[in-house]
Amino acid sequence: MRSLRSAVELEQLRVKILSQRKPEKPCISICGGTGCHAYGCEDVAKALKSEMKRQGLSKQVELKVTGCHGFCERGPLMVLHPQKIFYQRVSPGDVSEIIAETVIKGNIIDRLLYIDPVNEEKAQSEEDVPFYKRQQRLVFGNNGLIDPTNIEDYLAIGGYSALSKVLFNMQPEEVIEEIKKSGLRGRGGGGFPTGRKWDSCRNAPSSDGIRYVICNADEGDPGAYMDRSLLEGNPHSVVEGMVIGAYAVGAHDGYVYVRLEYPLALNNLGIALGQAREYGLLGQNILGSGFDFNVKVSRGGGAFICGESTALMASLEGRVGEPRPKHIHTALQGLYGKPTNLNNVETWANVPLIINRGADWYSQIGTEGSKGTKIFSLVGKINNTGLVEVPMGITLREIIYDIGGGIPRGKKFKAIQTGGPSGGCLPESLIDLPVDFDRLTDVGSMMGSGGMIVMDEGTCMVDIARYFVKFLTEESCGKCVPCREGLDRMLDILTDITEGRGKEGDIELLEELGGLLKETSLCALGTTASNPVLSTIKYFRGEYEAHIREKRCPAGVCKALITFIIDAEKCTGCGLCLRECPQEAISGEKKKPHVIDQSKCIRCGLCRDSCKFEAIIVA
Amino acid sequence: MVNDYEKVKAIVDRYGGKHDSVIAILQDVQSEYHYLPEHTLRAVASQLDLPLIQICGVATFFKAFSLKPRGEHTVTVCLGTACHVRGAPAVLDEVKRQLGIEPGNTTADMRFTLETVNCLGACALGPILVVDGKYHGQMSLGKVKKVLNRYKKVQKDGRHEELKVSS
Amino acid sequence: MIELTIDGIKAKVEEGTTVLEAAREMGIIIPTLCYHPGLSPYGACRVCMVEVVKGDHSSLEASCTLPVEQGQVILTNSEKVTRARKLIVELLLSSCPNSKTLQDMAANMGINKVRFKIKDRGCILCGRCVRYCKEQMKSGGIGFVGRGTSRRVATAFDVTPEECRNCGGCEWICPVCEKACMADSLIDGLCGGCQNLAPVETCLVCTGCSESVSPQGHKVY
Repeated sequence: MRSLRSAVELEQLRVKILSQRKPEKPCISICGGTGCHAYGCEDVAKALKSEMKRQGLSKQVELKVTGCHGFCERGPLMVLHPQKIFYQRVSPGDVSEIIAETVIKGNIIDRLLYIDPVNEEKAQSEEDVPFYKRQQRLVFGNNGLIDPTNIEDYLAIGGYSALSKVLFNMQPEEVIEEIKKSGLRGRGGGGFPTGRKWDSCRNAPSSDGIRYVICNADEGDPGAYMDRSLLEGNPHSVVEGMVIGAYAVGAHDGYVYVRLEYPLALNNLGIALGQAREYGLLGQNILGSGFDFNVKVSRGGGAFICGESTALMASLEGRVGEPRPKHIHTALQGLYGKPTNLNNVETWANVPLIINRGADWYSQIGTEGSKGTKIFSLVGKINNTGLVEVPMGITLREIIYDIGGGIPRGKKFKAIQTGGPSGGCLPESLIDLPVDFDRLTDVGSMMGSGGMIVMDEGTCMVDIARYFVKFLTEESCGKCVPCREGLDRMLDILTDITEGRGKEGDIELLEELGGLLKETSLCALGTTASNPVLSTIKYFRGEYEAHIREKRCPAGVCKALITFIIDAEKCTGCGLCLRECPQEAISGEKKKPHVIDQSKCIRCGLCRDSCKFEAIIVA
Repeated sequence: MVNDYEKVKAIVDRYGGKHDSVIAILQDVQSEYHYLPEHTLRAVASQLDLPLIQICGVATFFKAFSLKPRGEHTVTVCLGTACHVRGAPAVLDEVKRQLGIEPGNTTADMRFTLETVNCLGACALGPILVVDGKYHGQMSLGKVKKVLNRYKKVQKDGRHEELKVSS
Repeated sequence: MIELTIDGIKAKVEEGTTVLEAAREMGIIIPTLCYHPGLSPYGACRVCMVEVVKGDHSSLEASCTLPVEQGQVILTNSEKVTRARKLIVELLLSSCPNSKTLQDMAANMGINKVRFKIKDRGCILCGRCVRYCKEQMKSGGIGFVGRGTSRRVATAFDVTPEECRNCGGCEWICPVCEKACMADSLIDGLCGGCQNLAPVETCLVCTGCSESVSPQGHKVY
């Protein structure tokens, strides 16, 4: 491929690509996101390929392994174009039937369709599935349309037109103005207005004129994986956003800092960068405009703290990921002391969209203070686990019930945790809260990178607080005292409470420590670290008190405070639990109710797990 | 060792001997040796002309690095929030019992290394157990033993060695 | 020159000065641990927190790394500051109870109980030795390894490093090693001895101010 030298050449190429593509040609799109990968989508793709070859259809039917479609709960997912038939839970065994019935004859295979558990209606296409119906997939929706390893797929849906528009029709200041006007705020956690960030970076003095842009892809919030899915499924949208940003702030070098645990994202990003260079969309003299921009990929070393901008930059410079005080913002003095603009993956991916469709259009979506859409990962005790993109301002209830399909096994909703380890747990009374940056902060949580973990009545809130504090204790860099020692002591107290050693005054001491962390920690990891504890105390104080005063875990989670008992009426005496018990704590004659010797029981739960009659109960 | 020095040198040279490439260099050394042997760290330090403690600092700060040799199979339990609320702690306890080791350690026979990870982003499958990169989703306590047993190795004399089950 | 107000006193200092330095110049004492005038500021111990007032709200900042700004209003001894400082020293004491520096600070601040589990790590990770070795001796034989609660000051593989010239500076500059608390037993994490019995010879954060020092040391912490 000859490098593109002008905007006209880019458009000519696009026309050529489109003319070679027939929209009526059958195309099977298989979700190749990490979730579906784990479900075995690769085997499905392999089986499809060989079946198509066997039937001599390889030329007539196109097979596309795309990025994540979002509905991870139902993987492996498949969409058959042009009819857009949506199949879920596809296995290699279904492949020959799909080819024979659907691809050749056009018949729909009923058992592969999604059935709405509420009204038992079958959904034929993605749009009919309630999970997708309520979403507005502006940034994420293209994932299902493109093969991330093929730049021509991205060009076919209008890719790099925003870059071309910016390079030839807009001054850098105009680009910044447009981003400012759009109201875009950083999707990585803090929610800082992106345009303002760009502005200060552009205007920051730099003796040698060097500036950097960085894409933060060190997505570390447990339970959040939208950045990975974007990088895996649509890496060019991120690259395009970065080049536009570099042009706006006046940078010629950029870095993408990718979490090491994301091998597929690293792979697809590497391919995308290579192709963008080859096509003249990256590197020297981009599209013949005279603008140069190069991107390097850096693999993270496995440290949550490196999601913090100064720690990330320290790590890019080859040092340990220790944050520094941010009295001088990184936009002024960042990487190697130069003005640096850092945005996260999702923020970058929003940029081409804003340039193409305009700030006026973009700012119509969302709420007063939070514009556009946000991708959330809806996980935990929820029927429809997956990635959902919704306009800002949608309520938690709509996300949990309309899109997420509610709580499995008819259990009761208890709380939703947003914002990752720095966020908070929100109770049922706040379920009608419109979701945007400011509203979430108001109630003691935060947007974070967009993780939403749903919890039901079987989740212990003290245990959850302990979980997050333990996570953060391990991830704290250990530099400043409040974060290193304060978190460690909070963990001690929480462990005592969950293990039945809680005492009066513990809650107040936790609150005191929480306040200290907020006020005196060096970086954002520390200042937000107490949110999970403070929010659970605020909304679930009674649960803490039950642990401390009554030595009771109402949710039946904390091992030291529960006992396993066999319900004699339900027990059939099958002996399964007896064989599973590693402690030989269960005894009983065949076909007669068994009993657990509490002095031997270590509460591992193997018996409850093995029982087919739900005869083992937690008290 | 001389050979190792050359191996490390090739990696350092690949990054132009730049100080800011320390992390990338250590990552490549680790993928070569599956851990970071002491002499390789010394080699990196001397070739980059950096104090050894600085290299050690980086190697012990990031979770991706291991200074201890690792087992033949790596068993990873995801402890992400979604997995946690779906029962990952109990799964981890069961894996610990089955292998008889704590996370971060390797069995005495060097067969298994147990690790935890703070989210693999495959939350729909939680709780997840990963063995050598292969995901085993929707783990239950009973499934743990079954999955681990698949990685039992045929010994030289042809008999299967049973996994040590501590009680 | 930058004009700012510290504890109600207006002052002019050079740009690039930190709030801590400015305060010391004015004779205002702010306790410190990881700070040392001969070393680069580090901002880790958080004992030197001051309150920065901005209109009707305020925030706490570590004064050793906080650059002075035109019109800045600083409080070094407000209720908010002392409350945070006390809790930080209490935390530090629980992880390093045998430091005389810390015990004296605790006594001066009126801390009467350590409410946390005592986990004696024998080090407060202030990094003064690490910076001394690197910045003053241009050696770099010691450094931090690990992270979080496993973080510790060490030499590579715990053997005497090639770079070490046996200068002893690391021990000399340590607020724990040289000034160990000799109390036999601690009650609620505190020795209390120096506060009640032994006079403090010199003020630990002495900046050569003209204030007289009582046997209890400065009461200003």
